[in-house]
Amino acid sequence: MNPAYLLRAENISKSFPGVKALDNVQLHVEKGKVHAVMGENGAGKSTLMKILIGMYAPDAGQIIYKEQPIAFKSVHDALKAGFSMIHQELLPFPELSVAENIFMGNEPTTIIPGWINRKKRNGDAQLLVDQLGLQINVTRRMKTLSIAEMQMVEIAKALSNKAALIIMDEPTSAISDRETAVLFDMIRDLKQQGIAIIYISHKMDEILGIADTISVMRDGKYIATHPVGAINKEGLISLIVGRELNTIFEKRNIIPGAVALSVKDLTGAKFRDISFSVRRGEILGIAGLMGAGRTEIVNAIFGLDRLYKGTIAVKGKPVTIRSPKDAIRYGIGLITEDRKSTGLVLSATVKHNITLAALKSCCNGPFIEMQKERGIAEQQMQRFAIKTPSVNQVVNFLSGGNQQKIVLAKVLLNDPDIIILDEPTRGIDIGAKTEIYRLMNGLAAKGKAIIMISSELPEILGMSDRILVVHNGMIKAELNGAEATQEKIMQYAMM
Amino acid sequence: MEIITINPISFKYSKMNLAKIKSSSGYLSKYGIFIAFAAICILLSIASPYFFTAQNILIVLRQVSINGILAIGVTFVIIAGGIDLSLGSVLALTGVVAASFAHPGTYALIVPVMLGILTGVIIGAINGLTITLGKVAPFIVTLGMMTIARGLALVWSDGRPVTNLSPAFNYIGGGDFLHIPVPILLFVLVIIVSAVILNYTRIGRYIYAVGGNENAARASGIRVNGVKLFAYMMCSGLAGLAGIILASRITTGQPNAGIAYELDAIAAVVIGGTSLLGGRGSIAGTVIGVLIIGVINNGLDLLNVTSYYQQIIKGVIIIGAVLLDRKNAQ
Repeated sequence: MNPAYLLRAENISKSFPGVKALDNVQLHVEKGKVHAVMGENGAGKSTLMKILIGMYAPDAGQIIYKEQPIAFKSVHDALKAGFSMIHQELLPFPELSVAENIFMGNEPTTIIPGWINRKKRNGDAQLLVDQLGLQINVTRRMKTLSIAEMQMVEIAKALSNKAALIIMDEPTSAISDRETAVLFDMIRDLKQQGIAIIYISHKMDEILGIADTISVMRDGKYIATHPVGAINKEGLISLIVGRELNTIFEKRNIIPGAVALSVKDLTGAKFRDISFSVRRGEILGIAGLMGAGRTEIVNAIFGLDRLYKGTIAVKGKPVTIRSPKDAIRYGIGLITEDRKSTGLVLSATVKHNITLAALKSCCNGPFIEMQKERGIAEQQMQRFAIKTPSVNQVVNFLSGGNQQKIVLAKVLLNDPDIIILDEPTRGIDIGAKTEIYRLMNGLAAKGKAIIMISSELPEILGMSDRILVVHNGMIKAELNGAEATQEKIMQYAMM
Repeated sequence: MEIITINPISFKYSKMNLAKIKSSSGYLSKYGIFIAFAAICILLSIASPYFFTAQNILIVLRQVSINGILAIGVTFVIIAGGIDLSLGSVLALTGVVAASFAHPGTYALIVPVMLGILTGVIIGAINGLTITLGKVAPFIVTLGMMTIARGLALVWSDGRPVTNLSPAFNYIGGGDFLHIPVPILLFVLVIIVSAVILNYTRIGRYIYAVGGNENAARASGIRVNGVKLFAYMMCSGLAGLAGIILASRITTGQPNAGIAYELDAIAAVVIGGTSLLGGRGSIAGTVIGVLIIGVINNGLDLLNVTSYYQQIIKGVIIIGAVLLDRKNAQ
C-alpha cells in the first residue's frame, strides 16, 4: 500500500432499512491533496462522509487512518482524531460570537475546571481568523456574518481542532464567484500545510480547477478514481450519469410575442429603480452575485416582499399585487429560491404539495374532491417525471431533484403565463437539471414568459434570450443572449 | 390547461432512490397508539371485571367528553403550528357567561348556548389577531389570555358561582338522549365535524400547510393569517361549548372551573401523535389520546389507586407515548 495515503476507506457497505446506500465503496485520500467526490444526488456521497466523521457506523469495511484501522463511535471521536466536516447547510450558533463558535466544545479553560479562559479564547480565535486572511473581529456575533464568512469561520474551527482532514460538502453552493475564489486560495493554503481535503460538489469547472484527484460514485457504488489531468468534463459526466450526454442546453428558435410583464421603477428595501419587461416566448435571465438583490426583486413582484414604489403591468394592464394570492390571480408563478424553506411543506405528501397552490380547482365549494385531487396529482407526477412510489409519499424523503420538480409541478398547476424561476437547478443532479431546462424551453415554446435567476453562468448563457445583470440592487446591463459571455456578465456583476 | 411533457431522459429507474424513501406510514408508527390503547383496555378488563361493562364505558365517555372537546379544539391550533394555553380560563368564562343567561324563565336555551360559544369565538379572534397582526408568540399571547379570561370570569360573576339554572340548560350536561348522555353525543358530533374540516376541506388542508411550512404556504397563495385566525377561533369556540357543558353538568357557572384543563387537553393531543412543531396530526389521534387519559383515570379509580399515584402514571404515559412515537419515526 502506498504509505502516502492519509486515509483509506476500504470495502465500505452500509444499508438502511430496505436500501443498500453504500455497496463496497473505497476512497483513498492523500495528505495535502484535494480529493473531489462526485456523483448524482443519491449516489451515496453523504452517507460515505457521515461514516467518515463517525455519524454512522459502516456495516462492513474498514477505515484506515495513518495506517491504523479506526472506528469512530461519535462525531466527537472523529473531531479529536482530526476529521472535520463543513456541512452544506451551516449549523452555526447565530447569537454567539465568532470566537465562541470556533471553540464550541473545545474551550480553553483556566485552572478552575469548567471556567472558560475568555482572553485566551478570543486571542487564539483572532489569530486563526487572521491567519486565514479574514477581516473579522471575533467578538462579532455569528449572525452578522455573510454565508461565505461563516464558512470561513467553520474552516477556522476545523483548524482549531488541528484537523488533518477537512470534508467540504458543496461549499460554494451559496456563495458568489468572488467568494469562491477566496475560498480556493484558502484551500490551496491548507494543502500547503499538509491538510487533506475531501471536496464534494456538483460544479464541474470548480472541481477541475481545485481538485487533484476525482472519485466518482453512482447508485451507492464506487465507479472510478482519476487524477484531475487524466479526465475531461465529458468523460466525467458520462462516469457520473453512466451514459453519454449531449449538450444539455438546446437551441430554440422562438420569435418573442407580446409583452407579458413589464415593471417600472421598482424600489424596495434591497433594490431600486428596476425597470424591465419580458415577452411571451422569451426567457429572460437575471444574473448577478449572491446578495445583489435579484431574489428580492422577484419576491416583491410576486407580493412576498414590500414594494416602496414602482408599477407592475401584466399584459399591458397595470396591476396591484399585495400578496402571492394576487400574483397568482394575475397569472404569475414563482418557483422560489429555496425549496426547503419556501417551496415545499416537507411534512406533507407529494399530492398535497402539488395541489397546494391550486386547491380550489380540486374543490367543490369548501370540500376537496379526493378522487379529482389524486388524479390531478398523478397527472402532474407523470408530466414532470417525479420519481416517487406514490403520491402519498411525504416529500421530505425525496431527493433534491424530485423535490424541485414537485415545486415546479405545484406552481405550474395554476398554468401561469409568467413564470419566474429563482435558482431552479441549485443542488440538483445533472439529469434533473437537463429535465428542467427542457421543461423551460417547452414552456417558452408554448408562449409563456419566463424569468430565470441563476448564479451559474453556463446556465444563464445557455438558457437566456436576454440577460439582465444586477449589482447592488440595480440593473447594470442588459445583454443580448447571443453576444453575452461569462466575462462580460462578471464585469457588470462586480463593478 | 396545456400539457408539456418532460422527456424522462434520465428516467434511469433507480431502485435505490426509490427504496431509500422511508416508509412513513409503517403500521406500527401509524397504529402504535391504537394498539397501546387496546392493550391498556385489555389489561384493565382483566384487572377489574367491572371495567368493560356498558355502564362503565358510558361513564368514561361522559367523563372525557369535556377534555375531548377542548383537545380537539387545540388540535387545530397545534397542527397550525401554534399553542393555546387559555383554554381552561376560556371554559370558565364561557361557563359563567352562559349560566348568567340560563336562569329559569328568562331566555330561551339558544341564547345562553350561542352567547357562550360566541364569547369563546371572540376570545379566539383576539388571540389569533394578536398572534398574526401583532406578531407575538402564541405561547405569550395565550398565557396572557389565560389570566385575562380568568379575570373576566371572576369580574362577570362577581367571584361567585352562578347558580339557579333552568332545567333545559341542565339537560345539556346532565341529560340522556336515547339512553346516551348528551355530552357524549356532542363530543361525537364535534369529532365528526372536526375530522371532516381537517381532512376534506380547503381550510383544513391549509391548516396543515401553514403548520408544516408557513413560508411555503404563503408563497402558494394561502392567506396564512386568515388560516391561523380560523384555528384559534375554532379552538376557543369549542372551549366555549365545553364551558357550557361543564356549567350545565355541575348546574353552576363556576368562575374557578377548569384550572389547568388546557394541560390535559394538550397532553391528549401529544399522546395522539400530533407534533407540537405543527403540520402533523389527526383528530383520530387526539380522540385516542383523550380516551387513553380517560381510561387510565377510570381504571385506576376502579383499582383503588390513590389520585397521587394516578398523576405519576399519567405523566409517565404522556412521555412514554411520545417516546414510542419518536422510536417509530426513526
